Amino acid sequence: MQTTVDQLKKGEKAIIVAFNLDTVPLKLIEMGCMEGYEIELVQSAPFGDPLYLDINGTHLAIRKDMAKEIFVEIIQN
Amino acid sequence: MKNSILKVALIGNPNTGKTSLFNQLTGLNQQVGNYPGITVERKVGTCTLPKNTKATILDLPGTYSLNANSIDENLVIELLLNKNDKDYPDVAIVVTEVENLKRNLLLFTQIKDLEIPTILVINMADQMELKGISLDIPKLETALKTKIALISARKSTGINELKDLIVNYEQLSTEPCLNASDIDSDYFNNLRRIYPNQQNYKLWLVISQDVNFGELSKNVIQNNSFSKSEEELKKLQHKETIKRYQFINNLLKEGKKVDVAKAKDLRSKLDKILTHKIGGYIIFFAILFLIFQSVFEWSSVPMDFIDQSFASLSTWVNEHLPSGKLNDLVSQGIIPGIGGVVIFIPQIAFLFLFISLLEESGYMSRVVFLMDKSMRRFGLSGKSVVPLISGTACAIPAIMATRNIENWKERLITILVTPFTTCAARIPVYTILIALIIPDKRIFGFLNVQGLTLMLLYMLGFLMAIVSAMLLNKILKLKSKSFFVIEMPNYKIPYYKNVGLNVIEKTKAFVFGAGKIIVSLSIILWFMASYGPTDNFRKAEEIITAQLQNQTLSEDELQDKIASFKLENSYIGIIGKSIEPMIKPLGYDWKIGIGIVASFAAREVFVGTMATIYSVGSHADEENTIKEKMRNEVNAVTGKPIYTFASGISLLLFYAFAMQCMSTLAIVKKETNSWKWPMIQLFVMSGFAYLVAFIAFQTLQ
Repeated sequence: MQTTVDQLKKGEKAIIVAFNLDTVPLKLIEMGCMEGYEIELVQSAPFGDPLYLDINGTHLAIRKDMAKEIFVEIIQN
Repeated sequence: MKNSILKVALIGNPNTGKTSLFNQLTGLNQQVGNYPGITVERKVGTCTLPKNTKATILDLPGTYSLNANSIDENLVIELLLNKNDKDYPDVAIVVTEVENLKRNLLLFTQIKDLEIPTILVINMADQMELKGISLDIPKLETALKTKIALISARKSTGINELKDLIVNYEQLSTEPCLNASDIDSDYFNNLRRIYPNQQNYKLWLVISQDVNFGELSKNVIQNNSFSKSEEELKKLQHKETIKRYQFINNLLKEGKKVDVAKAKDLRSKLDKILTHKIGGYIIFFAILFLIFQSVFEWSSVPMDFIDQSFASLSTWVNEHLPSGKLNDLVSQGIIPGIGGVVIFIPQIAFLFLFISLLEESGYMSRVVFLMDKSMRRFGLSGKSVVPLISGTACAIPAIMATRNIENWKERLITILVTPFTTCAARIPVYTILIALIIPDKRIFGFLNVQGLTLMLLYMLGFLMAIVSAMLLNKILKLKSKSFFVIEMPNYKIPYYKNVGLNVIEKTKAFVFGAGKIIVSLSIILWFMASYGPTDNFRKAEEIITAQLQNQTLSEDELQDKIASFKLENSYIGIIGKSIEPMIKPLGYDWKIGIGIVASFAAREVFVGTMATIYSVGSHADEENTIKEKMRNEVNAVTGKPIYTFASGISLLLFYAFAMQCMSTLAIVKKETNSWKWPMIQLFVMSGFAYLVAFIAFQTLQ
């Protein structure tokens, strides 16, 4: 099922399929957020924002509005 | 081997232990300064290598890549692109960390493209077994065209092997490890054709970002038939990054093995507790409470000791030097001045101790994560938490710490409100005033009322910062992209060397930076208090003796009257007197006025000033501390004490809100690149302080 990162539930894993190159900054890609990588929502902060992600072993937090720009395919268990 | 000193640059992502390695290599042989014109810290140290070689080690600011996002990162690029720079390294050491090797290697492949001899350091090798990681070093060395040093900066293993590699740097390959230019071969071939003598990657860096680099101007290179639009350049940068990652991924598939079963770690367990919806906040505020309570409690003992030692030293000097002007200058000007600096050391050291413990452990990132949403309501960022907490030590490093806030509006607001937080310079002022007007009692058996008052003042500072942030968020019409990314590093037990060196460094910078101002002002103030322009000053003795002829006064009382008459007619007394009408509604006399005027250089000068002013009128044979002298101070007209609850609270509030620090104004000017913002801070904050102090005094008296 295709969705965006902000829609992930805690502990849910997905594969990054695409992102909006106009709005996603290069820095995020440099920090290891790339197509084909597995992404997991480790935890969302109180009030649901920002999101603490594990992207293929890299642990980052980003805000929801940027998470909306990253498209993922949820891995079915 | 050349005779000259080897120049080594340490480069790496944040959180890789670059600073630990720097401290290992250089020990205490390090100097911290600033790069000319900008406020980025420049850390250099020396290190002795085998074969009697010496090296200077330059610790460059942490950066994720050579695509600059901040002043700190720009600096790294400008240095590495400029062979004529005096810091241009003979050899570069890229520091990586075994767990995040993949991400750390991105920067490594970029550095290799600059064709600088490069050593790859893989840090935290001692964690490999624990985390089930194994590395195929020969394979990595071949593919990355480098030499690898597996080290543990904390356990100091592998350091000697690294030193051997540095000495033999000439054997290192300077070839790039991948050909990034095939992301768009036509474009890069064209560039190569026009600039045959320049490295392709260097040209690319100049084109793709705003780096200042001498003769290679972006506009000139871009001025040709095949130039690309900003958008195309951005796409190409994405492509380049992905290309590099592909190379690294393929390499690590073979070169790095992780036994997943072993990889279970502390992180998730701690994260569950520390970033918990409710528990996380409770823990954070409990830690803050603990910090402030202990800073006040623990430092009171050494501070009392310092206070008394300097008072006795003054007395001793006064008795043992031949009496005269020199004696007075030393015992009443210089010694109290230096004492006024030394007395901060315990509090500043404790504060920086806690701040560096929180940062070193990785906990600070969790705080940023927890606080981001709430801070954004006030126009701030989660990343504003670090500056706001650092601001409780000193606003200068705090304002520099705003650089990693990506959003300009959030950053500007953070810069503007940070001076409201209670910096260490206010502590001596607060401490002395609290001690004067708040009783030293405990409530509920353990809460010290004085400590509680200090905590309230801290909270007041934070509250003001938050409220003014909210207002600024409404007033400022700035559009900037919301962008926020923060790494959540592994939890680590703070490394004692890093913490210790950081505490020493920050304390030293504060004492010597602010100390110079304080001591020289103390001396100037002493002169101004010891000389006067009129006959009233010179003939004080005769005038007073004549006036009081009919009264029977003891010798001491007479001397007191003469001294205070002299002070009133000295240069400083005249200045204080002339502003007295302005500050009278706030409950202050002219002596406090002098303190306030002097405080515009730096707040802590207040205490030194008071010390100087009151020493001038005291008897040398009494061991009076500043505190006692202030307590005994009475209003000349009413005969009531000057430091009452009302005037004390009014003065506390004035110091809480007024913008009284020249160094902070200067740093704000540098960071915002305009005088507009520091001037707004100066007038708005000080005006507000006056108003609040006025209301407080008028209602409380």
